[in-house]
Amino acid sequence: MAAPEVHHLFHNPIADHSFSADRKTLAIARDTAVELYSRVGNAFKLKDELKGHDKIVTSVDIAPHSGRIVSCSQDRNALVWEPSPTGYKPTLVLLRINRAATFVRWSPSETKFAVGSGDRVIAVCYFEEENDWWVSKHLKKPIRSTITTVAWHPNSVLLAAGSTDAHARVFSSFIKGVDARPDPGVWGERLPFNTVCGEYLNNSAGWVHSVSFSPSGDALAFAAHDSSITVVYPSGPDQPPKAIISINTQLLPFMSLIWNGEAEIIAAGYDCEAFRFKGGPDGWQLSGTLEAKGRPGLAGNREESALNMFKQMDLKGKVNKDDTQRNTIHQNTITMLRPYEASGGAVTKFSSTGVDGRIVIWNA
Amino acid sequence: MSTLRPYRNAVRASLTAALCLSNFASQVAERHNVPEVEAKTSPELLLNNLVVARNKDERVLIEPSINSVRVSIKVKQADEIEDILVHKFSRFLSQRAESFLILRRKPIQDYDISFLITNTHTEQLLTNKLVDFILAFMEDVDKEISEMKLFVNSRARSVAETFLVQPEAKLGAITDRERGKARFAGVEG
Repeated sequence: MAAPEVHHLFHNPIADHSFSADRKTLAIARDTAVELYSRVGNAFKLKDELKGHDKIVTSVDIAPHSGRIVSCSQDRNALVWEPSPTGYKPTLVLLRINRAATFVRWSPSETKFAVGSGDRVIAVCYFEEENDWWVSKHLKKPIRSTITTVAWHPNSVLLAAGSTDAHARVFSSFIKGVDARPDPGVWGERLPFNTVCGEYLNNSAGWVHSVSFSPSGDALAFAAHDSSITVVYPSGPDQPPKAIISINTQLLPFMSLIWNGEAEIIAAGYDCEAFRFKGGPDGWQLSGTLEAKGRPGLAGNREESALNMFKQMDLKGKVNKDDTQRNTIHQNTITMLRPYEASGGAVTKFSSTGVDGRIVIWNA
Repeated sequence: MSTLRPYRNAVRASLTAALCLSNFASQVAERHNVPEVEAKTSPELLLNNLVVARNKDERVLIEPSINSVRVSIKVKQADEIEDILVHKFSRFLSQRAESFLILRRKPIQDYDISFLITNTHTEQLLTNKLVDFILAFMEDVDKEISEMKLFVNSRARSVAETFLVQPEAKLGAITDRERGKARFAGVEG
């Protein structure tokens, strides 16, 4: 297994990142701006800075086909950045929320995007041709707290959302005139806007940090603050789900998770490293970390020489091990995982960013 | 002393778990981002409080929330001297709260010293080092207080000794003539 590719961009937290379809451009949410990096050889060079928000940018997403970038921020706004020959042109979205916007994702069809917010609503936004602007419809019925994360079903109609009221929910975001009528599936048959197709709670009711549909869209996984991952297999409309499997771990909570095929989940969070889970409708388990420990460069540092010990006693009056470095690649919480490269339904590479300002591209 | 290690381990484990913080904007006030543990406006954003106690005078209160943690320490106070010393010591530190970054200006009621750790601290500082700092702080405060108590006691002893020695020393300085006078007056030294 080849070593992961590590890029240390700066010393600020990275709230979110997104690669363009050709993986040449990387959008990074840093403080109040979105930074665009382009790949030059083996490194990422800062190419452009998209300034339009006046509070922390919480999320950014690049639409793979159209190249449009959507960003949202704690200043309650979302901006769509349209690529043009002279640079990116921002368009303000009519979100109609008055709390922070926390999370944004393009639907796979790229005609809509969903913005989670602290206003206890999800704004589903679409482009209105006659007025030439992005308008939104609100999903708000059973939501009782801040939306922390959203994820799209492959059919672009169903939307999963996690919230600090400890629920992961699946909504229908069907908008007439924008979406084609979806095929009936395990989540429901008729899906008018704001249908709640599923509402799931985990054992100890922790805040939900991340949700994700499996590649087929027939299973939903979510990570919560009680260090657990829950996988839900629905069986059909108005029926109890086939299986709800909770995997409790002794680790710190996970902030982000991605599916790798139907039988594997990769999750990462406060432990600063990625873990792999394997299983299916019959059961899931933690199969281990993705990081090879005891890397060659690290072993040398751990060795304490007598000279070094006396030097430290002389300088500091005490001997202390150098434990300012974690033995993981990320030095602080990993906040976001994204598939980077996929082939045949399986993720071959994925990228992670964290509070430490690093972006790492891993081999799955 | 055998209870010290499990006590410290329990504090360390609880703090490590509590320091899983994220940037979270207020869902009550528009365009605000405040420590939820101080604002206490949304009950679902607060986790259960946790008290780690070694005995009835020594305990740590951990109040976690989604973007901040409040850690309060009750320092051992066995007698009145320690009471005064802890009070003076914590006052001294609280007045210099800025230079400690995470120190809270006012301790929580029933506790001597409080720390407020927010998500910006865990972003800028190393989380494991923050935990180390609080544990080292607990240890140092105990050490400092017992050292100061020893110092006060030894000083009190030497003051008392000097004070009690005084009349005798004065007596040594009294001349024989005066002693004679005293004897004459019928007063025996």
